[in-house]
Amino acid sequence: MSNIYKAIQQRILVLDGAMGTMLQRYNFSEADFRGERFKDYPSPLKGNNDLLSLTQPQAIADTHRKYFEAGADIVETNTFSGTTIAMADYNMQDLVYELNFESAKIAKQVAEEVTKQNPDKPRFVAGSIGPTNRTASLSPDVNRPEYRAVTFEDLRKAYKQQTEALLDGGVDMLLVETIFDTLNAKAALFAIDQVQEERGIKVPIMVSGTITDASGRTLSGQTVEAFLLSISHIPLLSVGFNCALGADQLQPYLQRLSNETEFFTSAHPNAGLPNAFGEYDQTAKQMQDLIEGYLKANIINIIGGCCGTTPEHIKLIAEVAAKYKPRQVVVGA
Amino acid sequence: MSKNTKPKYLSLSGLEPLVVTPDSNFINVGERTNVTGSRKFLRLIKEEKFDEALDVARDQVEGGAQIIDVNMDEGMLDGAEAMVKFLNLIASEPDIARVPIMIDSSKWDIIEAGLQVVQGKSIVNSISLKEGEEAFVHHAKLVKRYGAAMVVMAFDENGQADSYQRRIDICKRSYDILVDKVGFPPQDIIFDPNIFPVATGMEEHRLNALDFFNATKWIRENLPYANVSGGVSNVSFSFRGNNVVREAINSAFLYHAIKHGLNIGIVNPTMLEVYDEIPKDLLEHVEDVLFNRKEDATERLLDFAETVKGDKKVDAAKVLEWRSYELQDRITHALVKGVDAFIIEDVEQARQESKRPIEVIEGHLMIGMNVVGDLFGSGKMFLPQVVKSARVMKKAVAYLQPFIEAEKDGKQEFAGKILMATVKGDVHDIGKNIVSVVLGCNNYEIVDLGVMVPPEKIIERAKAENVDVIGLSGLITPSLDEMVYLSKEMERQKFTIPLLIGGATTSRAHSAVKIAPNYTHAVVHVHDASRAVTVVGNLLNADNKVYKEQIREEYDKFREQFLKRGKKKNFVTIEDARKRKFKIDWKTSEIVKPNKLGVQVIQDFDLKKLEEFIDWSPFFRSWDLHGKYPDILKDEVVGEQAKELFADAKELLKRVFDEKLLGAKAIFGLFPANTVNDDDVEIYDENGKTKVTFLTLRQQLDKREGVPNFALADFIAPKDSGIEDYMGCFCVSTGFGTAELAKQFEADHDDYNSIMIKALADRLAEAFAEYLHKEIRTHYWGYDSNETLSNEDLIKETYKGVRPAPGYPACPDHLEKKTIWKLLNVKEEIGVEITDSLAMWPAASVSGYYFANKEAKYFGLGKITQDQLVDYAKRRGISNEEAEKWLSPTLAD
Repeated sequence: MSNIYKAIQQRILVLDGAMGTMLQRYNFSEADFRGERFKDYPSPLKGNNDLLSLTQPQAIADTHRKYFEAGADIVETNTFSGTTIAMADYNMQDLVYELNFESAKIAKQVAEEVTKQNPDKPRFVAGSIGPTNRTASLSPDVNRPEYRAVTFEDLRKAYKQQTEALLDGGVDMLLVETIFDTLNAKAALFAIDQVQEERGIKVPIMVSGTITDASGRTLSGQTVEAFLLSISHIPLLSVGFNCALGADQLQPYLQRLSNETEFFTSAHPNAGLPNAFGEYDQTAKQMQDLIEGYLKANIINIIGGCCGTTPEHIKLIAEVAAKYKPRQVVVGA
Repeated sequence: MSKNTKPKYLSLSGLEPLVVTPDSNFINVGERTNVTGSRKFLRLIKEEKFDEALDVARDQVEGGAQIIDVNMDEGMLDGAEAMVKFLNLIASEPDIARVPIMIDSSKWDIIEAGLQVVQGKSIVNSISLKEGEEAFVHHAKLVKRYGAAMVVMAFDENGQADSYQRRIDICKRSYDILVDKVGFPPQDIIFDPNIFPVATGMEEHRLNALDFFNATKWIRENLPYANVSGGVSNVSFSFRGNNVVREAINSAFLYHAIKHGLNIGIVNPTMLEVYDEIPKDLLEHVEDVLFNRKEDATERLLDFAETVKGDKKVDAAKVLEWRSYELQDRITHALVKGVDAFIIEDVEQARQESKRPIEVIEGHLMIGMNVVGDLFGSGKMFLPQVVKSARVMKKAVAYLQPFIEAEKDGKQEFAGKILMATVKGDVHDIGKNIVSVVLGCNNYEIVDLGVMVPPEKIIERAKAENVDVIGLSGLITPSLDEMVYLSKEMERQKFTIPLLIGGATTSRAHSAVKIAPNYTHAVVHVHDASRAVTVVGNLLNADNKVYKEQIREEYDKFREQFLKRGKKKNFVTIEDARKRKFKIDWKTSEIVKPNKLGVQVIQDFDLKKLEEFIDWSPFFRSWDLHGKYPDILKDEVVGEQAKELFADAKELLKRVFDEKLLGAKAIFGLFPANTVNDDDVEIYDENGKTKVTFLTLRQQLDKREGVPNFALADFIAPKDSGIEDYMGCFCVSTGFGTAELAKQFEADHDDYNSIMIKALADRLAEAFAEYLHKEIRTHYWGYDSNETLSNEDLIKETYKGVRPAPGYPACPDHLEKKTIWKLLNVKEEIGVEITDSLAMWPAASVSGYYFANKEAKYFGLGKITQDQLVDYAKRRGISNEEAEKWLSPTLAD
């Protein structure tokens, strides 16, 4: 696992692009989502992308392979909603361990195949840990500001289970991402740290927050610097931002993050802002130009794409990233 | 890769970052959102006025606090719940949440609850080596994992560091453990090396400031990146009452502490003089003390302080000085200070100068009492002082009475007539008497019907006397039903006057939910005596319509919220609760046979033996002075008053002891016992025949797995185990003679001592129960004959075994008293009776059970559900309705 530390000092690492955008292309029906195993499941399952790791594993493996072929060093497991809390929407809490374990196995298998073809460029798998669909520091009910729909303890338990399953499935690192409420992320980090202690291991951890709009703050109201201070108590591989904004809108915040942090930095922005139909239409070339702005400013160590990005985007990003040196890290005295 | 370096600074965050660099000015922590330091904040939290509590937090942030300290450590609060609720509310106020939070508690579970609801990087205040290294490391690890910085107190297994050497030794040891063993970032450590008062006159305190300065300097120079903090106002503690000197000490101390490296502190900005504006001579005296520069520095500062502002130090010349004031000022002075030595003389002079004697009351005396009322209303006088004022007032009025009666139509004009009564079945009247006195002081005529007043009598007298307000009081839970009944009667009989509800067991919730709906007109819960005057004033005001509507609206709203408050507590059935009972391993559990079985009686006990067993904190509470004894004597706000009250109490107590004013008796019994059918305890005679059966109630709240649902019966071995176990019960009373004494005082117009004697008798009864329990443990039962515990330990209940009392949280069922009375023959043996509502008479009595098992513990029953009620009624052999009547406060909605 120390490979990742070697690789990240040598070059800018490329993360994959969107999984959802790629899966949309398959136009899976309700029956496809269900597959043979869940054909009689009582609740509707279409849209449960994480489930496809069990019912359409080939599509997931193919997507990972396409991103590796496009030049990605790291792919994310198909586990964005792989917690008991998020899976409650589909009444699939009992499947959480299996979903994470199988997703990790699929990604790891593809990574090993590709690494074998070119051992000079080892490929990695990051276990994706999403934010869940609840916020620990905001009330969903405006009339009851003291109310919380989820507690730290609920989140910690759910994240711990997801972490254990991902590690059992063979991921090389963990990616706590799309953080719109820092308290959720703190619960995830708490759980990961517990697992590290229990298993006597050190896992590379990536943390990626989300600046929701031009206010420059997370959904839960923190500035870039406050967010960074709130998650820096556990040693991290990297800290960065993803989702919500396009590469150009995100740059000033990445700049501030890069100035402040002793960790490596990451970014996986959306392919621009969505158009009136909710589609992302920034081309690969457009995005490449914007990302080159990051590289010139020397603020990035890991770069990839979020919503709307495809292997085409990642290919051009990988090409331009290869031309630049990685950001240097300032370490504490 | 080149390694640039970045310095390590304490970095915190709310919604915005706070980085403490060497260039930062001193970081000021706001300390008003702390229930232990702010009476106002405590009140707001207790009354659930969270909007106003948030305003306190907001004011601090707007006033420049860079961090806010939140503390909910108060016995009457569920600290963790209050902490979580308040922090959650702060989270939704961006203008407050922008600063980091200091989560302040002496209890780890409250700290952890707080850590789980803050998204930013906060500060834990505090942890220390007090409970040993293991707990210290455990907590530090968790603090790190939650992502917080922390305050580390200079405190270890041997106590608080009070010398330079102890301070640096403990800080060094803490630092090494944290940095080397826990891997705690050193910049996230904030040491609190203990700020202690200076100029106390005690030799060992001479170096308090200097040691702090030097320790601070040492820490900053020798423990890399660590910070130093402290609570500053403590340093000037011995000059309470002299704010000029206090502020000068605070400010000079802070100035030098910062120079020595203090970089964070809890400071009350209103208690701080600008350093440069401290007069040079004062500053010199203060700094002499801080740096211990002169042998007699303290004496010199004390002398100098007198010249600066001797407002509290009344010297002999001054005592007599007020006698030279104008007549009105003398009378006002006597009333405000509660001095009755000259009142007759002054009133006589006033009578001679007035046309009619009544004018002395309506003029001179009322002018004085208005001053008292204003001072009390604005928080500048406290309840015991007001009661003393009333004593002076009563003496004056009593002197004038014959002159007034000698005149025709010489009748005093009152502001209103108030009927006061403790309801049927209840004998507690301390609170009621205080309210009566306070209202009396404010020119209301009081019709006091005393205790155990049946509803018919209240109604009849209210009509006959044509009163303007009825005030009801009660302390035990069945009294609540009496109040409900009376409110219905008032409605039926077409009353329109306001009904006031007060007493320890009453609450706004109960008044709003159970009483107000029965009566069309005003129902007001009066939380404490200090509110009574305002409430009655508003109610009797000529245009009181708005106020009454407001109250009604407020209660309607409160009731609505209360009823739908989504506190969906889940309950399990009584069968399931029994399955989850607390299981003691009877095979290995140690059971000690009492040295002597059967009933024993103690007649004419010497009360003197009880003095050291008195728990004084509740005594102060009964006078509306809140705080823990002995700290309360040094409390910033009420300390002076508490001291005075305490001195008066001690004086009367001495009389009680010397003149044997009160009688004390006790009875107790120890018996073979076994639990049957899970929840009942059978008591056997020497032949194994069942004498009585105690019925216990079982918790039904759905708890976390593995957490038992307790009933007292769990602490006694079940019959089918074949093991002979034992149980005891008791009744003690120190109330014999109290009522007579109180009457004597009243006849002497001395309400102060009348209330005092009752409050003392209550304390003595509790002390007697504590004393007897100790004797039981070490002697009569003898299961813990090696016990050595201090009084403090006793109050903290650190001993083995418990003595729960019927009517209290572990067994709210008052009916159990009847069983105790029957088993011990209490009434016949020692003369303590129980009323219809199951209150004990004399009031200063305590009864309860003894459980000796070392696993026995106190718990709160919480709410029970209908199935247990029905089951209980069957076991008790009473109807469901009757069971419901007795247990209604315990029933889940």
